[in-house]
Amino acid sequence: MKQASAVLSVKNVTKRFGGLVAVSNMSFDVAEHEMVGIIGPNGSGKTTMINMISGVFAPTDGRISLRGRLISDAAPQIIAREGVGRTFQLVRLLPGLSVLENVMAGAVYGHKRRWGRDAEDFAHSVLERVGMDAMSHAPVSSLTYIDQKRVELARTLAGEPKVLLLDEWLAGLNPTELETGIELIHNLRNEGRTIVMVEHVMDAIRSLCDRCVVMSSGAKIAEGTTEGVLSDQDVIRAYLGDDDA
Amino acid sequence: MLDILVSGLLLSGTYALVAMGLNLQYGVARIMNLANGEVLVLGALAAFWLYTTAQISPILTVILVIPVAFIGNWLIYRFLLTPLVRRSKSQGALEVDSILATFGMSFIFIGIMVSIEGGFFFYKYLSEPISILGSTTSLNRLVAFLLAVLIAAALYIWLHYTRPGVAVRAVSVSTEASGLVGINVPRTSALAFALGGTITAVGGALISTFITLDASIGVVFTLKALIIVIMGGVGEIRGAIVAAIILGLVETGVATLVDPGLTLAAAYFIFVIILLFRPQGLFGRRAV
Amino acid sequence: MKPATVQELIWAGVLVALAAFWPMMSNGYWLGIGVDVMMYTALATSWMLFSGPTHYISLASAAFFGVGGFVVGSGMSDYDASFWSMLALSAVIGGVLAALIGLATLRLSGVYFVIFTLGLAEMIRNLVSWVQNNFLGSRGLYVLTDFTDAHLYWMLLVTAGCVYLLGWIISRSRLGFALRIIGGDETVARHVGINTATAKVILFTTTGVFGAIVGAIIAPRWSYIEPNQVFSPQLSFFVVIMALLGGSGRLWGPVVGVIPFLLIWNWVDSNFSNQSILVLGVAFLVIVYFLPHGFVGRIEQLRASARGRS
Repeated sequence: MKQASAVLSVKNVTKRFGGLVAVSNMSFDVAEHEMVGIIGPNGSGKTTMINMISGVFAPTDGRISLRGRLISDAAPQIIAREGVGRTFQLVRLLPGLSVLENVMAGAVYGHKRRWGRDAEDFAHSVLERVGMDAMSHAPVSSLTYIDQKRVELARTLAGEPKVLLLDEWLAGLNPTELETGIELIHNLRNEGRTIVMVEHVMDAIRSLCDRCVVMSSGAKIAEGTTEGVLSDQDVIRAYLGDDDA
Repeated sequence: MLDILVSGLLLSGTYALVAMGLNLQYGVARIMNLANGEVLVLGALAAFWLYTTAQISPILTVILVIPVAFIGNWLIYRFLLTPLVRRSKSQGALEVDSILATFGMSFIFIGIMVSIEGGFFFYKYLSEPISILGSTTSLNRLVAFLLAVLIAAALYIWLHYTRPGVAVRAVSVSTEASGLVGINVPRTSALAFALGGTITAVGGALISTFITLDASIGVVFTLKALIIVIMGGVGEIRGAIVAAIILGLVETGVATLVDPGLTLAAAYFIFVIILLFRPQGLFGRRAV
Repeated sequence: MKPATVQELIWAGVLVALAAFWPMMSNGYWLGIGVDVMMYTALATSWMLFSGPTHYISLASAAFFGVGGFVVGSGMSDYDASFWSMLALSAVIGGVLAALIGLATLRLSGVYFVIFTLGLAEMIRNLVSWVQNNFLGSRGLYVLTDFTDAHLYWMLLVTAGCVYLLGWIISRSRLGFALRIIGGDETVARHVGINTATAKVILFTTTGVFGAIVGAIIAPRWSYIEPNQVFSPQLSFFVVIMALLGGSGRLWGPVVGVIPFLLIWNWVDSNFSNQSILVLGVAFLVIVYFLPHGFVGRIEQLRASARGRS
């Protein structure tokens, strides 16, 4: 029996693209207030997993449920309203809109459906949280990369998601930006948010994640506490090859 | 019934050829060319005009059309469309720009053609009846079909067994990856666009031998070619051939059994079915 | 499209009020131009409501317009229905037709939509002619009313005003904001919880409704209606050119495109009627190569650079 406290539950999920099996028979649960990292070498199916949870495409097989409600066949907008928010590997902001409007986009159509002053105030408060409120009327084209990422994160947070999916949110940042970024996510964790992060930055995973799921060639090869999986022989072999193991 | 089969099949030969032309332009050069039908009619006008003024056989015109159409289409791509490709930030923006630009070109072509010949391009060439499998049709249809098949086969061989042909196919799969392996993408795209336009114009010259066209009919052919390309799957030559046969048969069937005025409606009917149930085309793979 | 301001609405109201006096100041040729201007303003503005934010190029205007004209013609001459009831019916049919087309095509990329709408008017014309020839027996339809050009002008002015008002309301609504997001990045739109297909279908339906209404109102101008006349594919291209010439950034953009284009077109058409189609071609090329954001974009660019200099 699966524990009832799981917010997000992935069960025997498989995704095939034609003949290619991108994700094969994946299962894991994410509990309330937990921060779970999905790690693995490039091409191991991590982003595909995130895409399935957020509804970009449906799994070929298996079930994904959010608080017991099946979401694996739903469209992305339905899943978003149910409370799954995500960021994108390559940051995606809305070019014609100001910073504030970008964040409002998250607030207006999320499950609270704020509008007008309410949405605006809420967007400001989220921007303040990520430290971007001073730029709220700037056009997004004028932002640095880390700032764009912060605005995107704010947009996702503005939807008040129950589960937050971060797809390599820290990738592409320079060392100083990385520090800011890790701190920001750390704050989210301290607020008790439920977060699933796909990440390559090992320092971040060590300091942030409670638990990790390790993927290789589409399948789960390990799961457990971050310290535990990072010393696991199979995991090291998957990352570094047989010779180093 | 046999009549429908024979004339439908003969018609589909030229349809497939024209759709291959559009496929090269859209699948490789990434330009949705809505002036495609007008290029076809230009080819038809050349055949008509040379035949009525100088008694030059349309078969000879086909050969004459090739270099002219190739250079013309290459110039269009190089000077009118390349700036759009360069300035576009996304495939979507390029699509909108190229749609509008090629609309503009199509109207300019129509304007030019109307000033040359405002009426129907009517002429008789090889119109004597012949009998195939017990069904009567005209010789020009058969000749056009055979030439279309010949050209399509040559194109297929070129695409699969020559270096530039393989480059063209590579660009159709991925412009980025092709660039990385050392294919000159802008040049290959220009080549594909020019070649596509040439094939379309040749198709037009062939069609004009058995269908009477006029300057403003181009849009109908654009639409048919597009429906064939979508039905077959973008970049799919096999698909285009099958789709052309389906369209040719359905159109001929509707025209003989119901009403010749409803051929476009029949094409639309197929189009709707495809959009609803198989938008990636009969042979296309679903985009990820 | 940015949310329209109250100030803009007031200006629009003043303009509509002033425009209402046009039939008193003109007649014949200039009143006819006025009717054309109002007709295309309504069509282009409603086109812009949908295509401006979504970047889907609709060439369906002629189809909806034709449906409107044909419903009025058929109802009044075959069934002795009143003009007003047929006007209402055509709005419903136009809306339903648009919704069906939208449901079939708007899930897919813009190319499919353009292609589908490209031959739509022609296809419907063929179908209507076929039905008429085979089942109804008559070819032409009579629309006999007491309306003068001035009446048509006022009706179209009201329609154009309604389109503007609807656009104004939408641009300040949740739906309008959703459309701006869809125009920016459809993937993001879906992931923030917007049902993108529904938003697009709703907007496209309004285009269908207004297209049919305009077609219905224009029908009495011809008194005798043939399918060939009301389903003229050229109208769709006119609408696109006028709307894009004006510019898609603002609700009032299309008006700025309609008037100059109509004046140029009429001049060319009466002096060099054989070459008039070239004007369409040149207009498209001018838009793509020189005015990608229309007059409105140019005006705002000039304003911005003036501000930058001072």
